[in-house]
Amino acid sequence: MTTTTVTYTDAEGTARTIDATVGDSVMETAVRNGVPGIVAECGGSLSCATCYVFVDDGQDVDLPEMSGMEDEMLYGTAVDREDSSRLSCQIPVTEGMSLCVTTPETQV
Amino acid sequence: MSDQTTGLLIIGASQAGVQLAISLRGLDFDEHITLLGDEDHRPYQRPALSKEFLQGTYDKERLIFRSNEYWEENNIRLVKGARIERIDRAPDGSGTAHATDGTTYPFRRLALAVGARARHLPVPGADLDGVVYLRNADDALALKASLDSVEEAVVIGGGFIGLEAACSLQQLGKKVTVIERAPRLVGRAVGEPTSDHLLTHHRAAGLGIRLDTGVEKLVSDDAGRVSGVVTDDGTTLPAQLVLVGIGVIPNTELAEQLGLDVDNGIVVDRHAVASDGTTIVVGDVANLPNPLPGADPTERIRLESVNNAIEHAKVAAYSVVGKREDYAGIPWFWSNQGDLKLQIAGLSLGYDTTVVRRNDEQGKFSVLYYRDGRIIAADCINHPLDFMAVRNALAKGQEIPAAEAADATVPLKSLIRNLEPVS
Repeated sequence: MTTTTVTYTDAEGTARTIDATVGDSVMETAVRNGVPGIVAECGGSLSCATCYVFVDDGQDVDLPEMSGMEDEMLYGTAVDREDSSRLSCQIPVTEGMSLCVTTPETQV
Repeated sequence: MSDQTTGLLIIGASQAGVQLAISLRGLDFDEHITLLGDEDHRPYQRPALSKEFLQGTYDKERLIFRSNEYWEENNIRLVKGARIERIDRAPDGSGTAHATDGTTYPFRRLALAVGARARHLPVPGADLDGVVYLRNADDALALKASLDSVEEAVVIGGGFIGLEAACSLQQLGKKVTVIERAPRLVGRAVGEPTSDHLLTHHRAAGLGIRLDTGVEKLVSDDAGRVSGVVTDDGTTLPAQLVLVGIGVIPNTELAEQLGLDVDNGIVVDRHAVASDGTTIVVGDVANLPNPLPGADPTERIRLESVNNAIEHAKVAAYSVVGKREDYAGIPWFWSNQGDLKLQIAGLSLGYDTTVVRRNDEQGKFSVLYYRDGRIIAADCINHPLDFMAVRNALAKGQEIPAAEAADATVPLKSLIRNLEPVS
């Protein structure tokens, strides 16, 4: 059986792996399971930029391209933007995914 | 059951009550927590009810805040369908809450996260079938279930909920007319330039909008179902659905019974504590000192927003564990209306100058609000860059000079300055 997981590592390096449901976003997976470090005030409507993550390097994953709105929101996040920055509400969980992301020190 | 005394009884299991419980566990509060919701649903996110849920892109399960396991693992007892009608209190703040079904909930400390309810339309015919409100999941479910027989809908109230729902109904193929009593849209939350922009855009997109228009009565067909809205200029607008979004009334009844100070909500101090010095009050129902840094501390407001529910509950959690954090921050709001994404940073209360930045080609539009020469807020439509710039500047107490901001081609981020120190 394929497993589908998302691993969230916080700014201090503590990792937590969650069995994820296909169709949920990486943000929703975190929030439902109480992963600290992802606030997600707007519930995924791309309005708040409080579900900010860094997608860990060296993964063979095919993430959807960034929309113009997400791009603009990322320019104003609390922690400075990097090449790996994404809003986790915009990353859907896909079958067999084992994605690793790191949450920033602060979201607001 | 439920004779066991809980450490903290939270009445209200929406955004603020849920956040209070979650934040307390984050602060290592180790007493038992009971979270009472008066609806028959697990705690869920409300904002999508007028948008993704109504449009059918999110189902109910997707709106649920936390998995069942989360509550169990965190020793939080979640009770659905618990409607509290009376609370007995001892002088030390402990007491017992009595539900309408006879269940009692003894507690050592009480938190009220009781929210607000939809204001009802005070005209003849307002109780007809087909007249709906949109405050909770049951409202939204009933609304969705009724849509098949609807061709024409009238939305009463041109505020956030009314416009969001109107756009959703329009997307579902309904012919929609919005009636607003005031001379402009969303008058309570945005300035005139933003109201005008919304009006122009929504009209161009085919939404009927009637400003300065009151409702005389609602009329019905032979089956007793609503069939039309009669406005105060004598026009009858045919409608098989009437959605009313004319604001909310804070649920202050329990607080009044407890003898707490009540004035447009339950009056709290900067730490989310009510006038008795022990009851915690969070979210929409709280009348709080203006949280904007530097604001006049005697200025009071009630904030109906997700951001306020979350941030206020975090401060309240500190109060529960005996620490004192001031509630201070930059309120922000959002409203998605069709293809318009409105984001508001700060509070424009008391502004004296506005600066409009627009790029019609890209559909971007922002209004910056200034008071005594300092930026205090911004409404941004399809313009996250401006929104984030203003939100960050306000959070850091920085300035964006009005004269330079007027050039819409200059990114606001490049204009953010530290304030000159007052000599």
